[in-house]
Amino acid sequence: MDMQAAKMIGAGLAMLGMIGAGIGIGAIFSNFLTAAARNPAATDQIRVMTFIGAAFAELLGLLSFVIAILLLFVV
Amino acid sequence: MAGKMDPLHQFKIEPIAAFDVGGYSLAFTNSALFMTLAIILTAAIMIMGSARAQMIPGRLQSLSEMFYSFISGMVRDAAGEDAKPYFPFVFTLFSFILFGNLLGMTPYGFTFTSHIIVTFALAFLVFLVITGIGFYKHGLHFFSFFAPPGVPLILAPLIIPIEVFSYLARPISLSVRLFANMLAGHIVLKVLASFIVMMVGAGAMGAFGALPLLGFSIGFVGFEIFVALLQAYIFSVLTCVYLHDAIHLH
Repeated sequence: MDMQAAKMIGAGLAMLGMIGAGIGIGAIFSNFLTAAARNPAATDQIRVMTFIGAAFAELLGLLSFVIAILLLFVV
Repeated sequence: MAGKMDPLHQFKIEPIAAFDVGGYSLAFTNSALFMTLAIILTAAIMIMGSARAQMIPGRLQSLSEMFYSFISGMVRDAAGEDAKPYFPFVFTLFSFILFGNLLGMTPYGFTFTSHIIVTFALAFLVFLVITGIGFYKHGLHFFSFFAPPGVPLILAPLIIPIEVFSYLARPISLSVRLFANMLAGHIVLKVLASFIVMMVGAGAMGAFGALPLLGFSIGFVGFEIFVALLQAYIFSVLTCVYLHDAIHLH
């Protein structure tokens, strides 16, 4: 298989890693909404932790994006 | 305007004023220019905001006070009361990264935080400073941090290497998080813009079809500004959490 084609396929496959990140962020925010609906007074405190948790989950998705970019433009 | 998209050209570092010392280039680059701009903006807001301070603050004074109290509150909440001496460090980190990210969102602006070497330098600095603080405050007892309280002795040979590894992974995760967010955001913006130009170049139907894409791009710029603010905040709040770990060891 030609190298350029292999790189493209690899980059496309690497993006499958985003599936996990999407599920993770969705789970975090759905829990945030449930918690905020149950206890509106505590919303501000939970909101801070929500964004921090979402950043952690997003990191792993972005790591797969970085691999895809590495494959396309650097290797 | 058919042609290949080149989303990576925007990240190229160009020297503005060349300056060679013994074979090494110490040129003043576009990256250095925007770093200088970020520092000047922070200094301007804080210094001009507190000159001729009044009891009822005007707009600039109010802005600098809100900036200060936001970071001060974050340090107090995430790092604890004992971390007050480290507030200038966290403030400098936050404002440097914040203005770095935001200046990249301006037209023709260069995002210096989209280079892994810059974010790794910042994250490694944070790692060294926090490990240094840990050793300074606790001496060799700092290593007890890797054996969390309440771990049964059977599991310790498994838990301790995992803890060490996750501690060593901190500068990597901190730097890659900021770098990947900025890189991905700007690549997506450039690719969307290239699509719009290509579609308009394809004729009248293309121009009509490019309109929703243009609307989405504008929305995405707003999202990128939010991500710029959020990533600066995440970097700083994680620094505070790690500071809390180093000072309180559990």
